[in-house]
Amino acid sequence: MKENTDTLDIREGYREKFGFHDDIAPVFKSRRGLDQDVVREISAMKKEPEWMLAFRLKALEHFERKPLPTWGGNVAEIDFQNIFYYLKPTDEQGKSWDDVPADIKRTFDKLGIPEAEQKFLSGVGAQYDSETVYHKIKEDLANKGVIFLDTGSALEQHPELFRQYFGTIIPPSDNKFAALNSAVWSGGSFIYVPKGVKVDLPLQAYFRINAQNMGQFERTLIIVDEGAYVHYVEGCTAPIYASDSLHSAVVEIIVKKGARCRYTTIQNWSNNVYNLVTKRAAAYQDATMEWVDANLGSKLTMKYPSVYMMEPGAHAEILSIAFAGKGQHQDAGGKVVHVASNTTSNVVSKSISKDGGRAGYRGLVKVAKGAVDCKSTVRCDALLLDEDSRSDTYPYMEIEEDRVSVGHEATVSKIGDEQLFYLMSRGIPEAEAAGMIVSGFIEPITKELPMEYAVEMNRLIQLQMEGSVG
Amino acid sequence: MESGTPTLQIENLHVAVEGKAILKGLNLTVEKGQIHAIMGPNGSGKSTLANALLGHPKYEVTQGTIRFKGDDIGEWSADERARRGLFLAFQYPTAIPGVSVANFLRMALQARRKELGLEKPLPPKEFRALMKEKMALLQMDDSFAGRYINDGFSGGEKKRAEILQMAVLKPEIAVLDETDSGLDIDALRIVAEGVNALSGPELGVLLITHYQRILNYIKPDFVHVLVDGRIVKSGGAELAHELEAQGYDWVRDTQAA
Repeated sequence: MKENTDTLDIREGYREKFGFHDDIAPVFKSRRGLDQDVVREISAMKKEPEWMLAFRLKALEHFERKPLPTWGGNVAEIDFQNIFYYLKPTDEQGKSWDDVPADIKRTFDKLGIPEAEQKFLSGVGAQYDSETVYHKIKEDLANKGVIFLDTGSALEQHPELFRQYFGTIIPPSDNKFAALNSAVWSGGSFIYVPKGVKVDLPLQAYFRINAQNMGQFERTLIIVDEGAYVHYVEGCTAPIYASDSLHSAVVEIIVKKGARCRYTTIQNWSNNVYNLVTKRAAAYQDATMEWVDANLGSKLTMKYPSVYMMEPGAHAEILSIAFAGKGQHQDAGGKVVHVASNTTSNVVSKSISKDGGRAGYRGLVKVAKGAVDCKSTVRCDALLLDEDSRSDTYPYMEIEEDRVSVGHEATVSKIGDEQLFYLMSRGIPEAEAAGMIVSGFIEPITKELPMEYAVEMNRLIQLQMEGSVG
Repeated sequence: MESGTPTLQIENLHVAVEGKAILKGLNLTVEKGQIHAIMGPNGSGKSTLANALLGHPKYEVTQGTIRFKGDDIGEWSADERARRGLFLAFQYPTAIPGVSVANFLRMALQARRKELGLEKPLPPKEFRALMKEKMALLQMDDSFAGRYINDGFSGGEKKRAEILQMAVLKPEIAVLDETDSGLDIDALRIVAEGVNALSGPELGVLLITHYQRILNYIKPDFVHVLVDGRIVKSGGAELAHELEAQGYDWVRDTQAA
């Protein structure tokens, strides 16, 4: 649906590449809205143990009791009773792509998922609305004891391991949206990497919302045992609808002694999706947790991936990109909490706003009482592409010890006429030139990505830039 | 292009910057194969001419025409002009952090090739070979290709990088805006030798300079003196020496007389 105009609508390219939807008949769809009956129905559909239903119902109480946050973005317009909380697209989960219903497979083909799986991934999960339609890990990793399942299957197949960690990092009472997720969660990834096992190629999950007024509430739990390593990557897109959808995930990660976990997100929801996600990791002795968090899509994102450094030698790395275009608000950032002594953290945030969009950094550096010789550096850079756009920086510090080193640096710059002219004077058209400047601005983060994702990232940036100039 | 059409023809050019008239009726024709030097004191409009030729949006053409290969390019954007074969070596090249010289040049070259009817990008291997060859010409280390454009470059590196871009993009008319400024004698020699190596029947050069010094290395066919937004005197290479000996006041005085 290319229109023959000089200036494209914002994210016109998104409409073509990601914004389509399938007309499928789901095997089950809960009625609109949320109450105890809906929660019971979801749990029954999943044939869950009693404790999980109790967990869900308790969480629902928390959700109903907690007020909406009054800071961050505007969440007051979310109509919780207009949302579908559970949609099961298909009866069986595919073990091969041929098992996946043709319409749904076509969607993932279009998004390039099976191709990526062949080329550079250790395993793939694909979630479509509420359920995972495909899940697979390479055999050699499974043989080494690596578990990579959708979270519901993990509850069924590894009930003890599951119950030991589930809900321990982010309790349902943590915040309103974590409570909501805990009540209605469905899908997501469960990963366990045994001691000393290094998963060389990334594991990837792709989250696709298809239905209108859909709520997607995946729940991810990752346990990286001592000395192990894993890189998990998630991507997401949704059709463009006139009415809003809601995505509210909870991600819990445990990184044990000497282990390392990298979690990369390329968030590319359509502009009608509220993206309200709670992500938190606990890193133990000499462990490293890295969040690479790129937010390009959605109507509103509120997401602050956190690392609690629980034991000496733990290290946290948060690299955050927020790109807000017309009508978008990206309230992104991160939290590093130094619970133990001799822990280090590094936060780099790059935010870009254009066409009246609002992007920013909201972050917390906390050093707990008794945690000494900790080191933290925070760097936030904002790039404004025009006069109408807005950038916010909210750096919070709670430092309860003196013998620590905490650094914070922030810059705000506007895309320079001289930079644009310089690139254009070499024959590069204006929109492409602006895209290059933005790609350069976030390069300190994209260079950390595997090559395929760096390329994808720059493609998405270019897509965001389309239609901006002219 | 019909034969007989000048490559670059500037007629009665008036340019204003933020409402202030800087160029006030400049005439100049540059053909491929020629080297023209424009000399002038500070504030005479030298850099304004360079920026206006490439279409910098801050420089407003209020009167007159710029024709390139027969087309009136007054309304063209900078990138269109560049793709057609105009080039500007900047006096103060801008840094673009995060964008490597090689990536940038690959994109710029592709844009230029498209204009020349070559749809396909140069294969990566050939592109690397081309870069290597041109960097050797300017005595640049291979690692230069991976550095971010002008980011943390020394004065000499910036000017060499400008000539490197010119070497890769092969323009038909190159405007060199005070390329000699801020260079020590060794850097000046390397840059000048680079320009000389690129000169020939397919390239016209418009060399803008305050000092005669660079003209010891690059021999101009014509020298023009720019004072207060107009060319007040034109001549051969010897005019530069006269200027050097007698200063710009001499031209001002002869004008007044």
